Amino acid sequence: MNHFLLAAALILSASAAMACETVTIGDLTVEHAWSKATIGAGRPGVFYVEITNTGSTDDALVGIATPAAGMPMLHETVVQDGIASMPHAMSIPVPAGQSVQLSPGGYHGMLMGLTNALKEGDSFPVTLSFEKAGEVTVNVDVLSLRAEGPDCADAGQ
Amino acid sequence: MRLRSLQIILWVAATAAVLAFAAVRWWPATDDTQAAASVFTPAFALADSEGRIRTTEEFRGKFLLVFFGFTSCPDVCPTTLSEVAQVMDDLGSDAGSAQPVFISIDPERDRRLGLADYTKAFHPAILGLAGSEAETQAAAASFKIFYEREADTASQGGYTMAHSPGLYLIGPDGAWLRQFTYGTPAAEILSDLQSRL
Repeated sequence: MNHFLLAAALILSASAAMACETVTIGDLTVEHAWSKATIGAGRPGVFYVEITNTGSTDDALVGIATPAAGMPMLHETVVQDGIASMPHAMSIPVPAGQSVQLSPGGYHGMLMGLTNALKEGDSFPVTLSFEKAGEVTVNVDVLSLRAEGPDCADAGQ
Repeated sequence: MRLRSLQIILWVAATAAVLAFAAVRWWPATDDTQAAASVFTPAFALADSEGRIRTTEEFRGKFLLVFFGFTSCPDVCPTTLSEVAQVMDDLGSDAGSAQPVFISIDPERDRRLGLADYTKAFHPAILGLAGSEAETQAAAASFKIFYEREADTASQGGYTMAHSPGLYLIGPDGAWLRQFTYGTPAAEILSDLQSRL
């Protein structure tokens, strides 16, 4: 119920720069949720976000869900011995007192089976499932294909 | 008996995989730092989105910025192509002296999804090429790069691609100059190019 209220509150407060909003659940802070425009719906989209654990207990991101894609998954880009591959990440650790970034060249959500092409300026909700903290929904801004991240005053990028 | 032949086949396959891995692991490792010691002339002959065969020879006189990738790649390829696009924008009036080329390592699927739509979304100057499987392998071998299809039941089509994510710079005479490793900022690529113009 809490999550529903949180999601409802988010949608009501939706603004042009949602990527710069911060959502908290328990000891976790979720912010800078963004994606890139896609060329058509036949290619996967991407999902980036930053999660900070201010508590004293380790947690982990174990899954994502969104109405924007039929098969959203967590992946990690790994460059080893000069070869880039993209193994499926079963879970992404969010250790106590640390921040983890899903960002270009590292962990990312891969949005397969897009319902529609993602267009710059659109936004869509993604529900993150954490091992301990539970579920939380954030709104994701679709930035341009060439964006490197959201332009937030506090977003160290 | 059937099991035994299967075992033999598997051992042969495993040995081949180990040898292939060893070859790519030790081969390109020297290119970055000892470019002068390993002068070679990479070549491709691959179809563009309209089916015309494009070759390295037609770009003599220009710098070539070559990237191998696939259009269903959500993270690495868009990042590198965005950097290439930025470099082309920032070259300004010198943009004509460099030709960025995106070579598909997943040519069949990329032709179906639309290659030109993809490359033009990043920058109109980027030339997308998608040849046959054999032509693609030949191009990759001449650039001394590695790619392979990886089974991934969760991915669209049941597979994804592992590949060398570098950006390769070829000189106006066709000789290999250097690679920019994945994640090299556009500004660094730009200043390297400008120092050669």
